[in-house]
Amino acid sequence: MTAGIFDTTSMGAGERPWRLALRRLARRRMALVGLAVVVFFIAVAVAAPLLAPYDPLATDWRAVRKPPSFLHLFGTDELGRDVLARLIWGARSSLMAGLVSVSIAVGVSVPLGLVSGYLGGAVDGLLMRVIDAMLAIPFLILAIALAAFLGPNLINAMIAIGIAQTPIFTRLTRGQVLAVKHEDYIEAARAVGNSHRRIVLRHILPNVLAPILVQATLAIAAAIIAEAALSFLGLGQQPPAPSWGSMLNSAAHFIAQAPWMAVWPGLAIFSLVLSFNLLGDGLRDALDPRRG
Amino acid sequence: MFSRRTLIAVSLVGSMLIAGSAAAQTLRIGLAEDPDVLDPTLSRTFVSGIVRTALCDKLFDIGLELEIVPQLATKWEWTADKQGLVISLRSNVKFHDGEPFDAAAVKYSIERHLTMPGSTRKRDISAISGVEIIDDHTAKLQLSAAFAPLLAQLAGPAGTIISPKAARAAGENFGSHPVCAGPFKFVERVAQDRIVVERFADYWDNDKIKIDRIVYLPIPDSTVRLANLQSGGLDLTQVAATDLDTVRKDPGLKLAAVNGIGYSGISINVANGERSTLPLGRDARVRQALELSIDREALNQVVFNGENQPGNQWVSPTNPYYLKEFPIPARDVATAKALLAAASAPNPVITMTATNNPVVLQTAQVIQAMAKESGFDIRIQAAEFASALQLAAKGDFEAFLLGWTGRIDPDGNIYNLVTCNSPFNDGHYCNPEVDRELDAARMVDARAERLVHYRIVAEHILKDLPIVYLYHGKWLYAASARLSGFVPYPDGLIRPQGLQMK
Amino acid sequence: MATFLLRRLALVLPTLFFVSVLVFGLQQLLPGDAALALAGEERDPAVVAFLRQKYHLDDPLPTRYLLWVKGVLAGDLGESIRIKRPVRDLVLEKLPVTAELAALAIVIALSIGLPMGILAAVKNDSAVDYAATMVALWGRSIPNFWLGILLILLFSVEWGLLPASGFVSPAESLSRNLATLIMPAFVLGNAIAAVMMRHTRSALLEVLSSDYVRTARAKGLSETRVVLHHALRNALVPVITLGALEFGELLSGAVLTEQVFTIPGFGKLIVDAVFNRDYAVVQGVVLCTALAFILLNLLADVAYALVNPRLRG
Repeated sequence: MTAGIFDTTSMGAGERPWRLALRRLARRRMALVGLAVVVFFIAVAVAAPLLAPYDPLATDWRAVRKPPSFLHLFGTDELGRDVLARLIWGARSSLMAGLVSVSIAVGVSVPLGLVSGYLGGAVDGLLMRVIDAMLAIPFLILAIALAAFLGPNLINAMIAIGIAQTPIFTRLTRGQVLAVKHEDYIEAARAVGNSHRRIVLRHILPNVLAPILVQATLAIAAAIIAEAALSFLGLGQQPPAPSWGSMLNSAAHFIAQAPWMAVWPGLAIFSLVLSFNLLGDGLRDALDPRRG
Repeated sequence: MFSRRTLIAVSLVGSMLIAGSAAAQTLRIGLAEDPDVLDPTLSRTFVSGIVRTALCDKLFDIGLELEIVPQLATKWEWTADKQGLVISLRSNVKFHDGEPFDAAAVKYSIERHLTMPGSTRKRDISAISGVEIIDDHTAKLQLSAAFAPLLAQLAGPAGTIISPKAARAAGENFGSHPVCAGPFKFVERVAQDRIVVERFADYWDNDKIKIDRIVYLPIPDSTVRLANLQSGGLDLTQVAATDLDTVRKDPGLKLAAVNGIGYSGISINVANGERSTLPLGRDARVRQALELSIDREALNQVVFNGENQPGNQWVSPTNPYYLKEFPIPARDVATAKALLAAASAPNPVITMTATNNPVVLQTAQVIQAMAKESGFDIRIQAAEFASALQLAAKGDFEAFLLGWTGRIDPDGNIYNLVTCNSPFNDGHYCNPEVDRELDAARMVDARAERLVHYRIVAEHILKDLPIVYLYHGKWLYAASARLSGFVPYPDGLIRPQGLQMK
Repeated sequence: MATFLLRRLALVLPTLFFVSVLVFGLQQLLPGDAALALAGEERDPAVVAFLRQKYHLDDPLPTRYLLWVKGVLAGDLGESIRIKRPVRDLVLEKLPVTAELAALAIVIALSIGLPMGILAAVKNDSAVDYAATMVALWGRSIPNFWLGILLILLFSVEWGLLPASGFVSPAESLSRNLATLIMPAFVLGNAIAAVMMRHTRSALLEVLSSDYVRTARAKGLSETRVVLHHALRNALVPVITLGALEFGELLSGAVLTEQVFTIPGFGKLIVDAVFNRDYAVVQGVVLCTALAFILLNLLADVAYALVNPRLRG
């Protein structure tokens, strides 16, 4: 395994690794575009109550599936609700689906991976077999089974996706721990008498964060898509609450008569997910000393 | 004039041309889900019935007005005490394996429906206590008690007659290669892909069959099904109400519709466990208020583009057993509010369980919005189908939005749903007088007499409202313009007789 | 080498054990009564009781697990309660379909990922690099069920070029078979094209800066020859071995893609079975795919170790 991700040889004297990484990130234009779009959507989601022109749940029988007009800039859906308002509020659900699932995954896997990699031996062996088993089951199938088990709603979908993503992060964390476990400075810290906890938290963890961050960004993209997939199967966000995935799902049935119902959530998912992917790619390149 | 040789040559060529032009006609029918086992005794899904309609004939069939018509039985007569049915069987009918259709086959099939472990037909014809073979073409069904819906049951899956020889040989696996007496015989089945059936040359009504082969293609997604129809991958399929505009605009497609025999409604937990003690379950006035908050016409308009039939009874307004003295109540928010006040529950909070199916959830949302005006706070709880069933059976629900596919005889739409201790009376509604009247309605077969009993039942049910009936689905079909002779039937089964592709 | 192989093989069994426990648990713990769900609309108590007894649905979990494992070891994966067919038959029937779909998807992924990766590596950090990244990423940024529906509407309904759904086996007609699979394979392949592109790019970048290539350049060989003949050959091995690991993602993607295009493969089988509570089907199919995935991983590890003796540790 290659050494820890921070190869100090290419750094200027006294330059901290994070600052160098940020500088490199700033040079990759695609990643910056991605970051900008992500920030834009987060802002929209946060400001939803102020931005949305209508109540996303307000139905109107006389305005069912109306095309875009001055009254309804993006048209209305199958129950007469304003598409733009649902799009704006849906940003919250979709972003949460991404952020919360990945937070769950990271929150569970990093400690697991740290412990497993550091302790080694039987604990590591056992845990890795379980992780391998989870990896051997296709991600979406695991997510579907978990979501069906927990019950169809957005929160359970997020938990299901989060759990389904844990194996990847655990493996990644463990890999990083193994890579640096036998480095000189770790041995030295041990020799000096640092407790295991201190070594793990102070010396090993920082090395883990960078690849985790990269993977997390990419995982958020995958999680948003996964929520849409679960919605398609009836397991994600349930009506009447909006989410881009469930909006796409309803829109699929009306695509010929009311294309505006599908175009906007489709574009929204596409731009958000693409942006997270670009950002993650950029981060990966910025943090990998062999690039750029 | 023409020499004999020329004449022969011309007629030979002519007949070859005719034979060539009548080349194998294949009809591709789309199904909404993959059928389960095709064994008529064991099958549990509705779509299985669609495939079986081509494979297996039944003792009776129905006409467009739900009247009983002969199929494998030609004549029938009740005995004086109404506890026996003497059936004359059609002659010169063969099963697909060449075996003759006779009274012994009828006896075998009915006994199989009654006694095979796991049979889903037992309850349908449990009134039959025995089958007597009078002669090769006459059988007598002995009943333990008079049962008017029997003929209707025998016009359904319980009346399917199968080849005893094939069934004995195959045992439990009969469903993987069913052998019956229908117009088509089984060719092959690839799970979740297709079921292929081919014309049976010795079918008794062969003149009506103009198709050589039918391929049933299960395509669950309705958008994809419609796309298949539009691109020519399918010739006939059921469509959703919201697809009708697309079908109407397409010159290559045509529409067919018929009123169905089922219903959709809100089943309310009135006596099954803890959750029935809330105002909705406890007090009929709250349920009446809920009914009065709903505008069934508007609901039909919004969710189904007006294509279904609003209703307030267990049979549709066009059904001969609909009670005209209880018409669909119009929306009346003022009275609803008054009722809620009288019941001391001005703002009831209700959890409505619905299966996580887009149309069902849409309906639930519309009801939620409408009832809000009267003061109801309805929370929608989406549940997956399998979980929902269990929740309902356990009584873990307050209001459940569900549908019933419907039975030919009105008894099938009400008896097992509201009588005490019935397996799918999830709300545990129990009213001895209703039970008595429903039992009585089963024992007489003249419509006027039965209506007398159903009237009394309605007086109770439509006041107590264990079920708030909302609408009756129509069977909506879209077909290629090249398909002629398609007649949709109220039971939703696709009958191949008369179908022809140009 | 032999010890390496033996050690890796020894890990397969415990992993499989955990897979079996995991998939069994996930199925059996699903809420809802399977007997009730499979008993049909009538919910005849006699039928429900019969199903419960026949499929041991009332036995305690450990007993059911042991019964199942015993069957598996004897080659019997159980029976689909819904259509009464042995799971083993269903697996053998559906396996070639999904395998063909996956193979086509990989071909498509490589045909997008390889050229994009080469471009991106050779023109590293330029506009071409960015464009190539975008092309490779777009397939990952759109829900595959959505892309599927759009493709159907365009190619089947609007232009009538391809069948909207269904599957024709290659034995019956190779051209029709490809016609039914090209759209779903495209959807699946695009999703993993990005991964292929990234692997190609990084592998190629690494090789391009190696001594071997520097020598080739010094010898005066054209850049194209250097890239295509020398660098690519070395970069291909890690790309392909890493590609084999995408099998898991392919299956994941196949779940919805097969649903939309009505391809009778594993993915569709599993989804339907989960919702129908047809336990044996999900358990059997997932066990088989997990085994395949584990073996593929093993092969990839072996291939990697062959190339990189250092890894045999």
